[in-house]
Amino acid sequence: MPKAKRSAMRRWTRRAFIGAGSLVGGGFVLGIGGVIFSPSRHSVVSADAEEKGELTTWITVTPDNLVTILVPHCEMGQGALTGLAMMAVEEMEADWGQVRIEEAPALDMYANAFILRAFVGDAVPAPMGRAVDYGSYRLARWFGSQATGGSTAVRGTGHYGMRLAGAAAKEMLLEAAADRFGVAASDCAATQSRVTHAGSGQSATFGELAMAAAAKPVPSSPDLKDPETYTLRRTSPPRFDIPPKVDGSAVYGIDFTLPGMLYAAVDIAPVQGGMLVSVDPAPAEAMPGVTRVVQLDEAVAVVADSYWRARVALAALTPTYDDAGHGNVSSASIFAAFDESIGEAPAMPDEAAQVVTADYRVPFLAHATMEPMVATVRVDGDRAEVWAGVQDPLNARSVAADALDLDPDQVHLTNLLLGGGYGRRLPFTFDYVDLAARIAKVMSPTPVKLVWSRENDIQHDYYRPAGMARFAAALDADGRPLKVACHYAGGGDGESVFMPYAIADKQADGRDAAHPIRLGAWRSVLNSQHGFFKESFVDELAHAAGKDPYHFRRDLLDEEPRFRAAVEKVAAMADWDSPLPEGEGRGIAVCESFGTIVAQVAHVAVSWEGTLRVRHVHAVADCGDYVNLDSAKAQIEGGIIFGLSAAMVGEITIAEGRVVQTNFGDHQMIHLADAPDISVEFIRSDTRPGGLGEPGVPPIAAAVTNAIFAATGIRVRDLPIKHHDLARV
Amino acid sequence: MAITLTVNGQTHSVDVEPETPLLWVLRDTLGFTGTKFGCGIGACGACTVQIEGRAVRSCSFPVSGAEGSAVTTIEGLATDDTLHKVQEAWIAHQVPQCGYCQSGMIMAVTAMLDERPHPSDEQIDATITNICRCGTFARVRRAIHAVSDGKEGRDA
Repeated sequence: MPKAKRSAMRRWTRRAFIGAGSLVGGGFVLGIGGVIFSPSRHSVVSADAEEKGELTTWITVTPDNLVTILVPHCEMGQGALTGLAMMAVEEMEADWGQVRIEEAPALDMYANAFILRAFVGDAVPAPMGRAVDYGSYRLARWFGSQATGGSTAVRGTGHYGMRLAGAAAKEMLLEAAADRFGVAASDCAATQSRVTHAGSGQSATFGELAMAAAAKPVPSSPDLKDPETYTLRRTSPPRFDIPPKVDGSAVYGIDFTLPGMLYAAVDIAPVQGGMLVSVDPAPAEAMPGVTRVVQLDEAVAVVADSYWRARVALAALTPTYDDAGHGNVSSASIFAAFDESIGEAPAMPDEAAQVVTADYRVPFLAHATMEPMVATVRVDGDRAEVWAGVQDPLNARSVAADALDLDPDQVHLTNLLLGGGYGRRLPFTFDYVDLAARIAKVMSPTPVKLVWSRENDIQHDYYRPAGMARFAAALDADGRPLKVACHYAGGGDGESVFMPYAIADKQADGRDAAHPIRLGAWRSVLNSQHGFFKESFVDELAHAAGKDPYHFRRDLLDEEPRFRAAVEKVAAMADWDSPLPEGEGRGIAVCESFGTIVAQVAHVAVSWEGTLRVRHVHAVADCGDYVNLDSAKAQIEGGIIFGLSAAMVGEITIAEGRVVQTNFGDHQMIHLADAPDISVEFIRSDTRPGGLGEPGVPPIAAAVTNAIFAATGIRVRDLPIKHHDLARV
Repeated sequence: MAITLTVNGQTHSVDVEPETPLLWVLRDTLGFTGTKFGCGIGACGACTVQIEGRAVRSCSFPVSGAEGSAVTTIEGLATDDTLHKVQEAWIAHQVPQCGYCQSGMIMAVTAMLDERPHPSDEQIDATITNICRCGTFARVRRAIHAVSDGKEGRDA
């Protein structure tokens, strides 16, 4: 192993602390049968609160030699469950064919497991650093604070938790085997769920050793494998979550039912913040199957014995709402405010041989998860139960508790599969859970499933912020940039505005321009906007300098070897310098987000009439090291399509304070016919693992618009592309 | 009003308004929840089922229209314990991500391949208009080709 890597590893493990303390109060670990571990009955105090960390995984080994990994993240289709389990199993040396994976479910269910608990002292969310009580509330608190989002599963839980848990489990199994064989543990080796002592030829399966292993102390700093010796990681075992998704048996939030359950359909004040002024419930109450019309502050719901009947009855109502004083807000007014707050273009030095300026704009965007927002709630006295597919069970539970005037402890949440997340089911976006809870409170104790219509979903999202950037740059006589600066509005942060290029003076200055549109995290958060802005502008600088856009970038990346390697590799994949037919072009863009660098080359064809076709997208990702190769590729592919849909056709516009688009008729997304072939390759580097769910998104819009410029000479500076006439006749 | 439906070879009598979309009868009355609700206007295809082998967007199809016809849902695609070859290809190519759109996608693809076992890319593009938000389109195309002709990607 290279020296630098080893010392980094040692530094990390020294800070690690595995939860031997979880033995306090009895009942723990690694698969002995018969003892029930209940977190609610135990409180574990860390030896050092500073080094207190996250509860990462639960590993069970049963006498039949089956290894079960409970993974504390939700599966949105990103392959988190499989990938995280691979990280533990690699260290544990278990036989992948003998592994089962479960998503850590509701509290009292996983409280019955036999678990190996690992506490790790690095990269701990601040609230958890102080947490010393691992009673059930704290478990839940932790569970919630580890929301699945921000591409964190592998780089947080996996890197700092799953590996350590697997390695600790292996050491305990080795110790148990050493006792049984009468040899030293250091002379035993684990592989494929079996421990062997080569000298004597003795061996035993993990299942045979599990009971004894569970009695061993949990090592505080187990040795981790040299990444060069990985045998499971970097391969592509099939994802565990896929088979139920091809035969209809997977249970999503919308599929959950309870006996006697009623259904709710809801109409919400169209201007966000608006309130219900009046509604005559009579027309709905007279309709078949309707149980009740529920009036809420900002909405009216119809509860019926079937969802369809609830919808039909809701449509018979004519509620009126106020507009919260936002009735004059429009996309035009918002962009005008952006423009005003941004002001003049950034000043450039007098010695510039050439000054380049450009403005870019991107619209609001909806998440448009394929499964609309759904929550089922049952309220019974001082208890409530919630069933929903969420990216953050804790926050969703708290939202329900707040709505019901209960403590979080009095609310039980069961997380179900999510039909898409992309940031829509993250903390502080659980308005649908809130609505469902308030409706269920009125209907108590009858359980109610609230199903949002697509219209609810499109018009009441937490939108990707619209944004605008005004760039200026100074080039010297040789076309080298001396300074690049932008003023932007609509949101940004250090990561999203970062430009890797060797330019002496780089500035990005965010301006405030408040508006009442509700915002949220949308796959890649602030990077989709700024990826388009900055990588479009760099492209414009290259053309202004009379240079090839790839070579221009490449020549400014000597100090950023990871970026340089990524653009070099993607240019090679795309055969960048080869000629293309008339009307075709290639565009390149590179962005770092969530610790991962992604470079893309889009190859487009634009007909004389202006029809755009993205033929192929090449992508290179440097996420440090990946876990499941095929899943990693799938995430980059998905990010490209998600970002391409936004670039080509996606937009949410505002008129009279409300969202104009209503459903998939006027809110467009790309289809199979629009989807390019995609090639993805990875670069392995020694950096900490980066995310994969989001980093495929940020470069694609600029890669495509840069390619359109190469093909047509038409520069697209505001999205979506569909509003631009690309015809050359 | 009682309506007789044949779903996956089994006959059911349901008491619903005749204009109720087939989708909600399948899901909420009969429990075939593999068929998904996406938009309610027939735009996304998440609700695709087959009626007499034809792909139909059940969110916009009145249940009365299915009376007397054979309805097939995703739950009825496998025969005994053997998956349909399209389902197998979906696993082999690891197509689904969140998976929510894939029931409809698979029902649309199987209907297409029954009618046209070796579709061209243009025919695939024209026929498979289901929306997938996770971005699995490249794999959908790959899996279709794997079933129909063993090719990998789109024609150049």
